[in-house]
Amino acid sequence: MRMDVIQPFINSADAVLAQGLGTPVSIENLSMEEEAYRRKGIAAEVYLAGEIEGRIIFDVDLGAALGLASRLAGVAVSETDEELVREAVCELANQIIGNAVTTLNDQGFHFHVRPPTLHTSEKGSKSSEDTEALVMCFNTSTGNVFMNVALRYHRQAPETAAAAG
Amino acid sequence: MEKFAPVKRSEDGQPVRYLIVDDSVFARKNLARMIETFGGQVVGEAGDGVSAITEYERLTPDIVLMDITMPQMEGIEAAEKIVREHPSARIVMVSSVGYQENIVAALQRGARHFVQKPVKPEVLYEVIKYVMRDDGTAVRGAGAGA
Repeated sequence: MRMDVIQPFINSADAVLAQGLGTPVSIENLSMEEEAYRRKGIAAEVYLAGEIEGRIIFDVDLGAALGLASRLAGVAVSETDEELVREAVCELANQIIGNAVTTLNDQGFHFHVRPPTLHTSEKGSKSSEDTEALVMCFNTSTGNVFMNVALRYHRQAPETAAAAG
Repeated sequence: MEKFAPVKRSEDGQPVRYLIVDDSVFARKNLARMIETFGGQVVGEAGDGVSAITEYERLTPDIVLMDITMPQMEGIEAAEKIVREHPSARIVMVSSVGYQENIVAALQRGARHFVQKPVKPEVLYEVIKYVMRDDGTAVRGAGAGA
């Protein structure tokens, strides 16, 4: 997996989480995952298609999700406000992906992003040889946010790129 | 949240009237809270481009805050349709996807400005003042922001 493709997502997650929660965040650990993804909290999934293909899952601990929703809504949000908490996680995913997409597009990568959807199943698809999954854990003051990135750089043939260009 | 000197319409001194268009309820709530701190009035909300056009016709707001990626009709297309019918419409695109091609496309189709998410209140406030410069007055002394 190309780090120049992944790095904007890490930078964006770091910046958006810090702004969203109003406190610094740190990357707790980073690993490659071969097994199918297991959901840990409230998760949103985003698909990308084009020169960069694959999916990213944002999985937020309930505590972190409540903290984020409360901070963004400006009022205390409890576990009973399920819809609002899910909405907050989707909006968080939207902002992180959007900012990363902005950087990558300005660097010359062209691809489309579908709006985030809630990832409700306990397990996600397994990563494969050409879509390895990189898992990052961001530690925040209210809990952990996991970002599971399984992307493939789909290089265009020179003649195709020239024709498109 | 920080308080700002209210931006009012110069013609009658009334609060600026806003239409917020975003498919995320959460994003709409967040923008509405910011608008309150600017002394504005949210007169309507819409969750997609088609509803945005209907609501614009019905409410004729002073400013539309418009997301880009939405179901049914995207924000840039909705902005184009509104401006075609109402050339004086003030539309500010508010999106997390802020790459150059997107911004240029929005401005070419009639949007007045672009604000990237996550929205910083002070940035949105300055954009609102700029977009309302022909018709808006920031009342001084009412807040610490600006």
